[in-house]
Amino acid sequence: MSVVEASPAQSEALEQGPRRSVGSFLRDNEIDTRMVGMIGVLIVIWVGFHFLSGGTFITPRNLWNLSVQTSSIAIMATGMVLVIVSRNIDLSVGSMVGTVGMVMAMLQVEWLPSLMGRGNSWIWVVALALGLVLGAAIGALQGSIIAYVGVPSFIVTLGGLLVWRGFAWLTASGRTIAPMDPNFQLLGGGARGSLGDTGSWILGAVACVGIIALLVMGRRRRTKFGFRLRPIWLDIVLGVLGCAVVLATVWVMSSYYLPENLARAYAEDNGIPWPEGGLLVPYGIAYPVLILLGVTLVMAFVTNRLRFGRYVFSIGGNPEAANLAGIKTKRTIVKTFMTMGILVGVSAAVSIARLNAAVSGLGTLNELYVIAAAVIGGTSLSGGIGTIPGAILGALVMQSLQSGMVLIGVGAPVQDVALGVVLVTAVAIDTVYRRRAAR
Amino acid sequence: MTTNQTDGVTPLVEMRDMSVSFGGVHAVEDVSIDLRPGEILGLVGGNGAGKSTLIKTLAGAQKADSGQIFIEGKPVTITTPRDAKAHGIETIYQTLALADNVDAPSNMFLGRELLTRWGTLDDSAMENATRKIMGRLNPKFQNFKTPVNALSGGQRQSVAIARAVHFNARILIMDEPTAALGPAETEQVRQLMRQLKSEGIGIIMISHDIHDVFDLADRISVMLQGKLVGTVDKDKVTMDEVLAMIIIGKLPQDVTQTELADLRG
Repeated sequence: MSVVEASPAQSEALEQGPRRSVGSFLRDNEIDTRMVGMIGVLIVIWVGFHFLSGGTFITPRNLWNLSVQTSSIAIMATGMVLVIVSRNIDLSVGSMVGTVGMVMAMLQVEWLPSLMGRGNSWIWVVALALGLVLGAAIGALQGSIIAYVGVPSFIVTLGGLLVWRGFAWLTASGRTIAPMDPNFQLLGGGARGSLGDTGSWILGAVACVGIIALLVMGRRRRTKFGFRLRPIWLDIVLGVLGCAVVLATVWVMSSYYLPENLARAYAEDNGIPWPEGGLLVPYGIAYPVLILLGVTLVMAFVTNRLRFGRYVFSIGGNPEAANLAGIKTKRTIVKTFMTMGILVGVSAAVSIARLNAAVSGLGTLNELYVIAAAVIGGTSLSGGIGTIPGAILGALVMQSLQSGMVLIGVGAPVQDVALGVVLVTAVAIDTVYRRRAAR
Repeated sequence: MTTNQTDGVTPLVEMRDMSVSFGGVHAVEDVSIDLRPGEILGLVGGNGAGKSTLIKTLAGAQKADSGQIFIEGKPVTITTPRDAKAHGIETIYQTLALADNVDAPSNMFLGRELLTRWGTLDDSAMENATRKIMGRLNPKFQNFKTPVNALSGGQRQSVAIARAVHFNARILIMDEPTAALGPAETEQVRQLMRQLKSEGIGIIMISHDIHDVFDLADRISVMLQGKLVGTVDKDKVTMDEVLAMIIIGKLPQDVTQTELADLRG
């Protein structure tokens, strides 16, 4: 096979045609225009509610609460992206939160203390680990019925929605289980479940270094193969913007201080004498948000950098082609549902820690919020399309709308109407946009 | 005139007495064909003759009910596409079998991704390899980052062909390789097939286009209603005689002049 190879430099010259618009410029430089649009929408929502609520929306207190409230849905939304991308759906996640949350609560309140001794500091770790294992097992069970028996995921998980809600009740005969292990409670955020300002700033600095390192490595890799590089100014703008968002977030989170009674307790715990003018103790980034951050990194890595993620996307694009390419499609489907199950476990832990209790109705309707977050974030229900950051932005948009409406005093029924309308509108806009892009 | 036995050369592939049935209907019944190194075998027949089903058993996409497959004289078991690829059998399906939502490099390496030493996807290396092979096959191809559903029919075909060629296939199955292409692209594919043939690769080509087959194939196997009518050397038959095999299922020595005249209408 001896044919002349076109040099990359030559072919790149051909690739740079005349530029038509900002959109095509962004696309040429591998910047997701949908994400840019969604960030724009989010800013509009925030600014809009800020004015409507008389300046209470964009405040450290509200944004800190928003970040914590978004976490448990956003954690599950990252897994739902993979499930939906593979042309499936999981309607059972809300009920699974109930069962897994209830089991984790029972473990740390009733079952483990009798085995390991009350007050054992490992109880929360074992309870959490077993909860994640249970989530994975439920996912594996549902995924296997879907992949190997061939029952549609809609039906299997619709059944799961009933079954796991039932188990959530049966586990403790409908009792409320409380309080959680003191260490476990930290997973839910709150006064002690936050990083404080020093830790938050360190984390922010690390994140900035990470962003810059990613950009530099990306350039290096492309240079190595002689591919076209983004203009250097664009990479610098991206780096500066990324770091600015990170540092602004840290600054906002560290500008929210403990209320006086909690600050007094904090001062007592740390042996600080209570000063005359009061003590300003910053919350910093809450642990649930840290967990979400970790989940995001892991899930983005799995989706973009591992074979598993690529297989999920190709199955969603063309299941037959994936099969003919030799991909073990059934095993891959089971793995997506297991991943979803583990994330349900994480989310359930955050929820019961935040509530400091488990109730049998825990997670009710969560499946709808999780699916809505993924879909608003650009995941296509026909499969093959979706991103992890998109789903998180989707969850943030939903939660922002909800919190905003609460702030301006909109009643619950109207909130539901608004969220439903937003969901359908978002998908409608997306459908039209995609149809145009396909032309 | 039929060539049942290979003249002393071990065939690259021999499929012996293959049968596949779907719910009592025999899609393929006791069909035996063989393919030699550096040969193009045309597999022709009307719709529903069983051509695609037969080659799917070789590609691992369809399980055979009975029959044996030999590769270079050795019996092999092929039950999955993975098995077929392990034996150097690559297939270009009529549908192309591309994942529409991912880009050309991801499709090229689907199921056989290049990995970095940490076990992560090496996208840059895959893009680089794709650029190289496209530089050979279709130098005008430049869309390495767009999902393949945004590409033209010819470009999509290039991706499917590149995928088959890149992994050093010894045996190439092409199901209607030029059906979706314009004249220029068709000629490009023909060129490529001749080049691959000269490198000793055996090609089984399914086609409806009898002219295409006569232009490229060395031998022609004809199927009708799931059965093999026969295999003939292209040089020893006329196009009418092959048409007679396809339509009335008679071998050239059995067909009468009146029947041939009828076919011409």
